[in-house]
Amino acid sequence: MPERRVVVTGTGVISAIGHNTEQFWNSIINCQSGIGPYEAVDSSLVRFKNGGEVKNYDPAAYFEPKELDLMDRFAQFALIAAKEAVKQSGMDCAQDNGTRTAVICGTSIGGVVSQEKTYTDLYRDNKTRVHPLSIPRTMPNSAASNISMQFGITGPVYTISTACASSNHAIGNAFWLIRNGICDRALAGGSETPFTYTFLKSWEAIRVVAQDTCRPFSKNRQGMILGEGGGMLAMETLESAQQRGAVILAEIVGFGMSSDASHITKPDQVGAERAIRLALEDGKVPLGEVDYINAHGTGTQVNDSMEIGAIKNVFGDHAQNISVSSTKSMHGHCLGGTSAVEAVATVMATLNDILPPTANYQEQDPECDLDVVPNASRPKKIRYSLSNSFAFGGLNAVIAFKKWEGI
Amino acid sequence: MSDEVFDKIKELIVTKKGVEAEKVNIDSSFEELGMDSLDAVELVADMEEIFDVNIPNTELQNFKTIRQAVEGLQRAISQ
Repeated sequence: MPERRVVVTGTGVISAIGHNTEQFWNSIINCQSGIGPYEAVDSSLVRFKNGGEVKNYDPAAYFEPKELDLMDRFAQFALIAAKEAVKQSGMDCAQDNGTRTAVICGTSIGGVVSQEKTYTDLYRDNKTRVHPLSIPRTMPNSAASNISMQFGITGPVYTISTACASSNHAIGNAFWLIRNGICDRALAGGSETPFTYTFLKSWEAIRVVAQDTCRPFSKNRQGMILGEGGGMLAMETLESAQQRGAVILAEIVGFGMSSDASHITKPDQVGAERAIRLALEDGKVPLGEVDYINAHGTGTQVNDSMEIGAIKNVFGDHAQNISVSSTKSMHGHCLGGTSAVEAVATVMATLNDILPPTANYQEQDPECDLDVVPNASRPKKIRYSLSNSFAFGGLNAVIAFKKWEGI
Repeated sequence: MSDEVFDKIKELIVTKKGVEAEKVNIDSSFEELGMDSLDAVELVADMEEIFDVNIPNTELQNFKTIRQAVEGLQRAISQ
């Protein structure tokens, strides 16, 4: 029996640089960063002042009051992205198809906005009651569950929490479920909404957030910038997509994951290399045909030089031909949702043969001496692309995409 | 004051990180004491609390030895 192939037929995204895929992609090709002063928290109380916040977001434009009552902001973002992806795909997830459809969502921290409210109610405002729906709002699986309920999806529905690799693990798991015949289609991605006082103070304390902005691969980079958002891919078998005449955006061909088993925050190049190699092997990807890598590219000194070193070791001389960019420079680091947002960027790049830029780039770093697509997008034929994620905890996940050429 | 800062750093390294007191000298590097970047972040956070100062990330990143940390904290305290 020939191996089942898996394709992407829909994307959805909401982020600091756009509330849907069209806006998001326009911002990327124009190198417009959404990083700026955050408003959800009083920044005078936090040492860093900038973030990638989703601005001008009106929940009432997307949801009925009864729906909103059930969902934290992170679940809203996941559902908004899922709705967009399903609409574009045109896939029927429900009824007879429901049991053969999966929803897998990544999140690092779940409903912290709602959790913060319970804390302030109890500890600051001395209330004795909290909102009766605090539990379903806060639980990290609420995004996946709400998507499942929205579309009547009754197959495997679960949440993966592997810090900043969560969504790549989600997409990779969904890819394998479909390829291995467990399911025929899936909505996979993730979301995160980290702008709460307690969470920002926790990031302040661990000293990896930049004061100014996110400058991946630039010698003067100071660290990451937190972002919020959600992304989702509608994925299905090639057979299913062709039968219903769906527009295929890209093929997913490989997934690799590894654990460093080394340090809780410092990435280990060996683990990153292994995840990249495993994704390439899983997808039988010819090394010389990888044209673009959407990097983890956090903008910390340690990650970016480690990641470029890993790419050089895996690809050898061909590394000089690969374009490597970090879209976190525009949408910020959306933590457990970030690789979903970046998967949308990678699919769009591969579909359109356009390299997303690394924004805010100022100064070449000898340790990051590959083509990092500084400050401007540009056209390039993309045959295969990778999306890297290397999380705190030493957990690595890499997805390999292939341009859909019609066969 | 710098003796006080050094003594406090030494005490924290000995009590919290389990390093033998005689190994902790003003010119010891954090690395040779078996401390990584997270240990340094924790140490400086404690010192900020004790002396009620703020050490910027850009300065903390340059603390490779106890002397550098002492001098950095000393500058912050005297400001």
